[in-house]
Amino acid sequence: MTHAEATHRTSTGLDSRKIGMWTFIGSECLLFGSLISTYLVYHGKSVAGPTTREILNIPLTSISTFVLLMSSLAMVLALAAVTRGDTLWTRVWLATTAALGSVFLGFQVYEFTAFVHEGLTLQVNLFGSTFFVLTGTHGAHVAVGVLWLLSLLVRSFQGKLGPEKALNVELAGLYWHFVDVVWIVIFTVVYLLQ
Amino acid sequence: MRLRSRIWSWVTTTDHKRIGILYGVSAFAFFLVGGLEALIMRLQLASSDNSVVSAETFNELFTMHGTTMVFLAVMPLSAAFFNFVVPLQIGARDVAFPRLNAFSYWVFLLGGLFMNVSFLVGAAPNTGWFGYANLTSSQFSPGLHVDFWAIGLQVLGIASIAAGINFIVTIVNLRAPGMRLMRMPVFTWMTLVTQFIVVTAFPVITAALVFLMFDRTFGTNFYVVAAGGDVLLWQHLFWLFGHPEVYILILPAMGIVSEVIPTFSRKPLFGYAVVVYSGLLIAILGWGVWAHHMFQVGLGPIADSVFAATTMLIAIPTGVKIFNWIATMWGGKLNFTTAMLFSVGFIAMFIIGGLSGVMHSSPPADLQQTDTYFVVAHFHYVLVGGSVLGLFSGIYYWWPKVFGRLLSESIGKWHFWLTMIGANLTFFPMHFVGLLGMPRRVYTYDVALGLDTLNLVVTIGAFAMALGTLVFVGNVCWTWRKGEAATANPWDAAMLEWAIPSPPPVYNFSVIPTVKSRLPLWSEDGYEPKPLPEDPPGPIHLPDGSYWPPVTAVGIIVAATGLLTGSLWVALAGIGMLVVGIYAWALEPFEV
Repeated sequence: MTHAEATHRTSTGLDSRKIGMWTFIGSECLLFGSLISTYLVYHGKSVAGPTTREILNIPLTSISTFVLLMSSLAMVLALAAVTRGDTLWTRVWLATTAALGSVFLGFQVYEFTAFVHEGLTLQVNLFGSTFFVLTGTHGAHVAVGVLWLLSLLVRSFQGKLGPEKALNVELAGLYWHFVDVVWIVIFTVVYLLQ
Repeated sequence: MRLRSRIWSWVTTTDHKRIGILYGVSAFAFFLVGGLEALIMRLQLASSDNSVVSAETFNELFTMHGTTMVFLAVMPLSAAFFNFVVPLQIGARDVAFPRLNAFSYWVFLLGGLFMNVSFLVGAAPNTGWFGYANLTSSQFSPGLHVDFWAIGLQVLGIASIAAGINFIVTIVNLRAPGMRLMRMPVFTWMTLVTQFIVVTAFPVITAALVFLMFDRTFGTNFYVVAAGGDVLLWQHLFWLFGHPEVYILILPAMGIVSEVIPTFSRKPLFGYAVVVYSGLLIAILGWGVWAHHMFQVGLGPIADSVFAATTMLIAIPTGVKIFNWIATMWGGKLNFTTAMLFSVGFIAMFIIGGLSGVMHSSPPADLQQTDTYFVVAHFHYVLVGGSVLGLFSGIYYWWPKVFGRLLSESIGKWHFWLTMIGANLTFFPMHFVGLLGMPRRVYTYDVALGLDTLNLVVTIGAFAMALGTLVFVGNVCWTWRKGEAATANPWDAAMLEWAIPSPPPVYNFSVIPTVKSRLPLWSEDGYEPKPLPEDPPGPIHLPDGSYWPPVTAVGIIVAATGLLTGSLWVALAGIGMLVVGIYAWALEPFEV
């Protein structure tokens, strides 16, 4: 056995936190996969209450979907800014991403409230149960993402988010893009393919 | 004060070796609890129309026995080995995320205690470890029984997924120079495969449990037949998780056996690559067999045929592994230490359990066997004869590395033979008891069945196993006081963990080794391994302890308690603690 220097070099050359995040995302795929499968299995099986056609408002949700998609663009720009050490634009784009995420959440709150008024509740039928649990879980993920982005923003204002910390933004970005992609699947499955 | 700071240093530890020991001790304690539950059940079933416990208590006992053994004994006992051994086998100083590792342990411990507290409040889970819908609905299971179970499993899932991510990253990213994937010890390989199953299988049961909790708490309709819901949704989701879970329980033991047998045969593992690929194939096929747990629900001939075929297919990689172990022993210089005996016992018992497994892969046969003691016999042969014997083999094998003393071989042989004879006495007659018509999960049976004698034999076997476990405890106590001190490599084994002193120094390796072969400590082709220097040439940075992982874990369990009792304030307090814990964790200076 010969001896090498003890260094922080990793086997793959990638940072461990990045591989960890990818693994976590892989795990999350199975969670959302189970939720979406359940939605599909129960699609059209409700015996009472409002149906998808009576409830879902595609134009409205298309707007919120567009907002969430744009937030991913802002996220990319935030990472680019922090990587090149541009503090001002890091803050602008982080704040934009968080703001667009919050707008998406606002749309969801409005949507949920409106649906409940139209008679679609968690309890009324299978559509209500599967719809609210699926989109609610997604919304909770968006909310966690917004908190994460705001935390990064605070770190930036504390002067603790220089280019050497770009990975912190990248990790949040991986999560954010994942949540975004999941929404595209949900939007397609739940809203477009009725 | 000294004692207090010593306890504090264990609470805040992030050292993978200490966390491994904590996992081992806690899991063994739960193993004793689960074993006690089994003994009470066997007392009840020792004779017909017995009344040691009531039917209600019996339901709680078999539910908690299964849940405890799967989630609180075998999985964390495997985790003890992952923690202690894997970083040493790959030549690392710790796992990739030491604090996340501590967090996993504390969440597991608190989750296990949470579930067992249910006994104290008289509401232990009572719907079986698989909790079939709609028996678990509020209508058929009022009270907190099912809530303890569902919330407890969610909490344990957090621990498992966190640990799964940690070990995948550790094995992928922290290998010593030269430790290519196909040079990794088979135990490390099986750990990696197991963790991939963990991070993919647990989210599925998480979703199923979320549905269950929503049904019970908010009145949703996921498992409500009247609203069009399908109770089979639960079975599909549960077994989609549950069958891969079986491999989560067995693959680590297979990894241990793959270390022990070559060491005590003085031969490299026969067909290393095939053993590794078989493990991978088992994990992949393991995802396609879940419905063989559901033949009796009537899935139709096509589904039944497909799942029968995939189930039979899985016997191939499993059989390949068994042949590889036997071929490793063939012509070797066999040394029957206790560790080796347990490994050989593993092979024998696993073959029996595997054969009965192939028997109920055939739907017509399964329809006769399902819900009888025949199935109980089968899965105890693979879980006790397989997992538990494998884990004991690992305990005898790595004990000297962990504690610097060798467990007594003479007491160990008593332990082995009592366990081996006891296990066969317990589980072999169950095949007949089952085929003669005795159903599982029923608290008593009629004398007219004529099964009194066989059941008494089973009970005697169970107590023999319990005696074997007591002998093991005695062995530990004896070794603690008088055990022979271990050298760095008492078995003359080949893997890196044996290149460093027993017990290892806190920094593991004085210098990170460079790996040149699959058997770094055995000389091959005239290549003679050189020992590592005794002391590190320079200072080694080691992470400090942190108390935020346990704080975060407590936050989760407080929130779980709030959810259980329906107290919003308790839940919010727990979530607050969780948030504080996460932020403090993220912001505290901590260099790996």
